[in-house]
Amino acid sequence: MTIDRADIEKLGELARIAITEANIEATTRSINEVLALVDQLQSANTDQVSPLANPLDATQRLRHDRISESNHREDFQPLAPATENGLYLVPKVIE
Amino acid sequence: MHNKTLAELKIGLAKREFSSVELTRHFLDRIKSLDENYNSFISVTEDSALASARQADTNLSTGEASALCGLPIAHKDIFCTNGVRTSCGSRMLDNFVPPYNARIVDNFAAAGAVVLGKTNMDEFAMGSSNETSYYGPVKNPWHTDCVPGGSSGGSAAVIAARLAPAATATDTGGSIRQPAALCGITGLKPTYGRVSRWGMIAFASSLDQGGPMAHSAEDAAMLLNIMAGFDARDSTSAERKVPDYTATLNQDIAGLTVGIPSEYFDEGLNPATEQAVREALAELEKQGATLKDISLPHSHLSVPAYYVIAPAEASANLSRFDGARYGYRCKDPVDLHDMYMRSRAEGFGDEVKRRILVGAYCLSAGYYDAYYNKAMQVRRLIKNDFESAFNEVDIIAGPTCPNPAFEFGAKGDNPVAMYLEDIYTIAANLAGLPAMSLPCGFVDEKPVGLQLIGQYFEEARMLNIAHRYQLATDWHQQSPAGIQL
Repeated sequence: MTIDRADIEKLGELARIAITEANIEATTRSINEVLALVDQLQSANTDQVSPLANPLDATQRLRHDRISESNHREDFQPLAPATENGLYLVPKVIE
Repeated sequence: MHNKTLAELKIGLAKREFSSVELTRHFLDRIKSLDENYNSFISVTEDSALASARQADTNLSTGEASALCGLPIAHKDIFCTNGVRTSCGSRMLDNFVPPYNARIVDNFAAAGAVVLGKTNMDEFAMGSSNETSYYGPVKNPWHTDCVPGGSSGGSAAVIAARLAPAATATDTGGSIRQPAALCGITGLKPTYGRVSRWGMIAFASSLDQGGPMAHSAEDAAMLLNIMAGFDARDSTSAERKVPDYTATLNQDIAGLTVGIPSEYFDEGLNPATEQAVREALAELEKQGATLKDISLPHSHLSVPAYYVIAPAEASANLSRFDGARYGYRCKDPVDLHDMYMRSRAEGFGDEVKRRILVGAYCLSAGYYDAYYNKAMQVRRLIKNDFESAFNEVDIIAGPTCPNPAFEFGAKGDNPVAMYLEDIYTIAANLAGLPAMSLPCGFVDEKPVGLQLIGQYFEEARMLNIAHRYQLATDWHQQSPAGIQL
């Protein structure tokens, strides 16, 4: 499987990463190198093999549905690029 | 003092040969005068280190010393430290000062350890050479023209250069073992779930595991005692009792069966590296272990499977970096979309962006079955290979890496050439098995690592074999030229 310039532009959009005109060719080339590597997987016979997501086949541990954390807004807000009155500021979303 | 192991320093402190403040100052002085040669620290926490050391000296004098009281260590800059910048080697987190500690950071604080600083690393732990760090590459103390390995290259280099006697690290595809091998130190990746991932910045959550780096297996055992344990805040943490890893170090290894996978001695292995590893295996045999040839037939698919699974998980994990709540935000975004697109383009380096894009591709509609599901099936086959092997052997041994440390830039701009350096380490992450690297010789004056892969949760046996090997050899006591004095 190889991908072209249009695929890379779409992926950049999906992943929310701007890819500049200057980088698009190099990015396409290097991602195709990685995809050529992972295409080796197709040689494996995986009929009747169930996928392994957790190496120990562990299932998600559940906890009781009760509040376990307090609010840490005062600790977290100073880390933000922009805040006002306890809110996180981002560029205008709706005109 | 800087050539001593953690175990020796602990005795020195107990006997009052030196104080923790003296010890801490000694290492801080070395960092100040020598680290410009290696670039192994991103942040040095001098004031808090000296304050911890003073407290440790008080506790030592009143007999209240806990396990690592007064002993200096360094943390990889992937572990969150309350009030201390935690960059993960990225511009994205260059300004990130966490308001909380990772679980293992708390564990070390409770054990009385003195934290000297935070070590350099490949950006978001994605790399095998430390060349992807936003803060510039770490240099290998044995050969400063060469890479220290990665991603925990800073943690490996501080130990090799005797700037700290021990350090924490993480391993997603070899990031503890490969730099340990290239820098001539001892590093251990525990079983998946053995060490809490709480506060450890996520790369690939089904593969990531924290572990210790040190001069010796004995020191690694002391550190693992502090790191291992159940943590309810990590949803994949193992609910299993933690043994005292130092208690069984001296056990006889006679009668153990060591599996030698033929796939780890293929044509890609440097012949001189192979010779050093074969000599190490002969030493185990001399001590009464039996060597047995085994096969792990799907080994050649571990790198391809990893480069689907790890990027897929990374693309999901790193979607949190959006420029909104913390981390880097681009200048003057015109709208929300522009803020996401440019913050991520400018905040992430090339390798991180490459992996996010590959991951997004493998998870996208129409490709999920061909890539992601297929990779998870192959992951099962790789795990099954190990399970069959462990029916016949107690431990698996082979090289950690195919080659000794390579020069900066040697892998050019082909990402796959770099990925193949982890060809022997990745399978243990896919299977979730514990594995370690210990020094077993030199090629062209560069260290070579012996890798041990153990059965699930049998870190103690692995450390036992490593310790017995280190009692009979002195590779782990060698230090780079100019370090001795």
